[in-house]
Amino acid sequence: MINKESLVTQALLYLDGVSVSFDGYRAINNLSLYLAKGEMRAVIGPNGAGKTTMMDIVTGKTRPDTGDVLFDSGRHDLTQLDETAIAELGIGRKFQKPTVFEMHSVADNILLALKGPRSPFASLFGWRNNVAREKIDTILETCGLDALRDRPAGEISHGQKQWLEIGMLLAQDPAILLVDEPVAGMTDAETVQTADLLREINKTHSVIVVEHDMAFVRALDCKVTCLHEGSVLAEGTLDQVAGDQRVIEVYLGR
Amino acid sequence: MITKAFFARFDRLAFWFVVVMMAVAILVPLSNLLLPPSSMFHVPTYLVALMGKYLCYAILAISLDLVWGYCGILSLGHGAFFALGGYAMGMYLMRQIGTRGVYSHPVLPDFMVFLNWKELPWFWHGFNMFWFAAVMILLVPGLLAFIFGWFAFRSRVTGVYLSIITQAMTYALLLAFFRNDMGFGGNNGLTDFKDILGFNIQAQGTRAALFFLTALSLIIVFIISRWMVSTAYGKVLIAVRDAESRTRFLGYRVEHFKFLVFTVSAAMAGLAGALYVPQVGIINPSEFSPANSIEAVIWVAVGGRGTLVGAAIGAVAVNFLKTIFTTGALAPYWLFALGGLFVVVTLLLPRGILGACSDLLARMRHPKNESSGVSGKLQAAE
Repeated sequence: MINKESLVTQALLYLDGVSVSFDGYRAINNLSLYLAKGEMRAVIGPNGAGKTTMMDIVTGKTRPDTGDVLFDSGRHDLTQLDETAIAELGIGRKFQKPTVFEMHSVADNILLALKGPRSPFASLFGWRNNVAREKIDTILETCGLDALRDRPAGEISHGQKQWLEIGMLLAQDPAILLVDEPVAGMTDAETVQTADLLREINKTHSVIVVEHDMAFVRALDCKVTCLHEGSVLAEGTLDQVAGDQRVIEVYLGR
Repeated sequence: MITKAFFARFDRLAFWFVVVMMAVAILVPLSNLLLPPSSMFHVPTYLVALMGKYLCYAILAISLDLVWGYCGILSLGHGAFFALGGYAMGMYLMRQIGTRGVYSHPVLPDFMVFLNWKELPWFWHGFNMFWFAAVMILLVPGLLAFIFGWFAFRSRVTGVYLSIITQAMTYALLLAFFRNDMGFGGNNGLTDFKDILGFNIQAQGTRAALFFLTALSLIIVFIISRWMVSTAYGKVLIAVRDAESRTRFLGYRVEHFKFLVFTVSAAMAGLAGALYVPQVGIINPSEFSPANSIEAVIWVAVGGRGTLVGAAIGAVAVNFLKTIFTTGALAPYWLFALGGLFVVVTLLLPRGILGACSDLLARMRHPKNESSGVSGKLQAAE
């Protein structure tokens, strides 16, 4: 038995015994999950398993009824902070439905995401008004959007919006990227590119990916956690998890 | 260096707006003062005052566009900030009357003597000094906006709920200012002004000077607003308008951005009210009436929200129509015309006069490109 202390100090993100109910429905039920620094983790599970709710809890959108949510070796209790404070600590999130600022150009979306002071006065007078073009271009090249630089983000394709959101996460340079269904609605070729992109990002950041697409999860080649009815059903390599009898039952029905 | 960076962000439309307004600011008072009344180009004094009033409304419209067009805060209470600025100016003008009032009291304004008050209420002290009144013109509306925003934005009140409480705010102030014992002249408000900074307020020269100052203020308010929205701060405001929760997840303290823009906007509205009062000669509680605030929203919608220039154009255009309608046989139909205008603009010109013009220009330049792009689609979806 590993003691709790060492688990907390080793983990970048530590969730233990977390539960949350909405009108009596237990969306998350005694969920425990530990993410080490530099790790990439794929979270799978059928609809309603609590994947998105888990991300809501980590990013401060939803407060858990019970349980611990700790960040950076237990230094920060995320249940006590709001979205902005959590984002400032270094937890970035990509939403299931790609959410970019549609009226802004692709480059301005990245500009707004760039890590740095974010107060009103800093934005009025500060460095964000004089960001070097190259800084934004580097990020746009990483996610393959350099040709779309000056297009309004509302005009680019669905897949491109997904990449733009990942690019915004990169600009934020968070300690953890929470990526919710990044390949939903993407073509096969785009899916492969996205997996490459996330593996590249994982070299310098910790990543949690929620996804349904098994081919994509296989391409990520990382530890997999399967959620079911708000708690962890199985954890391990994709083959271990996919071979687990309970996982098969949950996915295929009896 | 700073000015260079500033003008780099200044687009052509904004540039021409400033040029035209400067020409108006200089030529209208000059023609009124220097040309003989027989000249074709002579602007009569009543018209100078009328146009001055329009320009005050244009300042109010720009201040409203800053919060509504850029940050998505649909304030239905901006008339309250306008009126508070107007009252601050009115109090200064009342103190200037001195012994020339009906009751010839050296300190107390007429209505206080009439109510048998023996001394000046504490909040009237200092208003005999112009600098103090000038500070209050910006401070009182700004402070009210900040306190209001502190409660509303921190509890994340948005959308129609926010609009309703801004409306309630101006209505509450309307009722309060109607009361005689509030000390602001009750129903009648403040009027019978004699002079401003020692100049006779009725004199032709004073009126021309007030017009010039109003046009100058409009230019300054426009430049400040234009600068604000062209910085990264303005980009964050638009981000808040279009996807507030996304902006939070990026790590922006959305409420702080709203406090600032709402406070600055309220101070601008207060300035508009302060310039308005000496030109119309009266301020009374009806300026707080909810309909005034809603009318200001219509100006912005008609001109084209999120453009600043459009807001100013809308304010002048709608008020010009109002003047035509309410001074003649058409008077009973003004409210129908206003309502009809709002419906027509919403249905046919969702981006206002300015948006329609820019679409038309874009279509003339690129005849193949039918849709006006994402901005058109977004507006239509709202």
